Amino acid sequence: MIESLFPNVDWDKMWEATLETIYMTAMSTLFTFIIGLVLGIILFLTAPKQLWANKIVNWLTGVFVNVFRSIPFIILIILLIPFTSFLIGTIRGPNAALPALIIGAAPFYARLVLIAFQEIDKGVIEAARSMGATTGTIIRKVLLPESKPALISGITVTSIALVGYTAMAGVIGAGGLGTLAFLDGFQRSRPDVVLMATILILIIVFIIQFIGDALTKKADKR
Amino acid sequence: MIELKQLTKTFDVGKTALTAVDDVNLTIADGEIFGIIGYSGAGKSTLIRILNGLEKPTSGTVDINGQKITDIKGAELRKARQKVSMIFQHFNLLWSRTVQENIEFPLEIAGVPKAKRVEKVKELVELVGLGGRENAYPSQLSGGQKQRVGIARALANDPEVLLCDEATSALDPETTDAILDLLVDINKRLGLTIVLITHEMHVIRKICHRVAVMEGGKVVELGDVLEIFQTPKQEITKRFVAQVTESEDSSETIKHLRELYPTGELVKLVFVGEQAEQPILTQLIRKFPVEVNIVQGKVSHTQRGAYGTLILQFKGTDADIRQALDFLNQENVQAEVMAND
Repeated sequence: MIESLFPNVDWDKMWEATLETIYMTAMSTLFTFIIGLVLGIILFLTAPKQLWANKIVNWLTGVFVNVFRSIPFIILIILLIPFTSFLIGTIRGPNAALPALIIGAAPFYARLVLIAFQEIDKGVIEAARSMGATTGTIIRKVLLPESKPALISGITVTSIALVGYTAMAGVIGAGGLGTLAFLDGFQRSRPDVVLMATILILIIVFIIQFIGDALTKKADKR
Repeated sequence: MIELKQLTKTFDVGKTALTAVDDVNLTIADGEIFGIIGYSGAGKSTLIRILNGLEKPTSGTVDINGQKITDIKGAELRKARQKVSMIFQHFNLLWSRTVQENIEFPLEIAGVPKAKRVEKVKELVELVGLGGRENAYPSQLSGGQKQRVGIARALANDPEVLLCDEATSALDPETTDAILDLLVDINKRLGLTIVLITHEMHVIRKICHRVAVMEGGKVVELGDVLEIFQTPKQEITKRFVAQVTESEDSSETIKHLRELYPTGELVKLVFVGEQAEQPILTQLIRKFPVEVNIVQGKVSHTQRGAYGTLILQFKGTDADIRQALDFLNQENVQAEVMAND
């Protein structure tokens, strides 16, 4: 029955493309999380009146985040081609998509991290300082745990955006469901391949959303 | 002992400078409960934050038990803060941690090993009356319970000084009294010095030994709580005292009482300290042939003794009333005939 609905789908290829998409999403989410968190912490702590208040660092980080957040992803991929080929050695395949994915998503996540930190009650940070906490302790034991639900829901949103980005990266030959839908589906006029790729992408998105929501709820003790 | 010398703090607000604390000199004794009262913007929040180095003064020094808090920084200051802990108006608990974990937090900062932390938390939970609530999250607690966690947390590293930043201002009157009782209990049991800031004279009356009144960054009046209640000098102090002594001095009230008791003389007595506990009225009635009728009265208890006013209606001959008033003045009770104006 499924075979008759999707006559042109090569299931082995479809499965391989799905794994590539999952791989690209997972790796880019991981690095986006780490880099975004670091950028978010810098943005937050170097802001005026904060623990590391520093106008220059704050301004530079802010500019970096705003610039890369504003460039449309499809253009960012093209702009980053030289950088990617230098870093990865090729511009094709799932690994070649990672630099663009991470550089595109990390600044976005950094903003979400900043917002999450800004929502922490200032009094709690003051209380930690009054107990003699170092800035490192404040980051580890106040900022991160107190904003955990927002950090998790933020990475969920970012991760879902990254699934979309991987599909776009497919246009330049990154592999994954995007490439498959574009090359095997669209260019060869096989709508069933496009449809199947779409269904699989939706399933991936729903699973990410489900896991993200469950983790957010579990972390929220307010 | 805490010594504040010529403490001044100015903030840059755009082009002008705002002087939040203006040349404050204070000495607070060990084991004392010292109150600082003022309206918002009087500089008391800034002042209390200078005491644990959360704010740096523009000039002047703070010396706590021989250590100049205003001169140290970095690791040394962080270490000192463990001995000068603080509780807050909005409690400032970590919502992601349970009661137990919140109280453990300062111990983690101080690098106390886990087994010792657990032991200490157990002790503190009992001390502040939160037994059985160890595993609750702050969101599951009432305001009073949250402040108890705040107090336990502040006591975790055995501080020498406890700073209270409007600690009861977010609580209802009943809970306020319970928390104040706890603070007095802690002060007595642990011999801890308590410095508190508030805008409520009720708090000062209930637990403080001495009080400083702040206005515009300056300490405008300083003294024993009883003394301040008895003879407030500054206008602002009188207003604060009126918060708790109600409106019995207003001409409106006097007029009203006069209408209710048109005969005889209305006499206002002010008792302070020991006199409030002696049977002066009994003696008065036995010695002089005057009829005494109680019109209105109130006795408040402070940490330094009772304080009260009593309005009486005296009926008798002018000579007898005069003699009775002389007797009261001899006994050091302030007695005055309430003029009808």
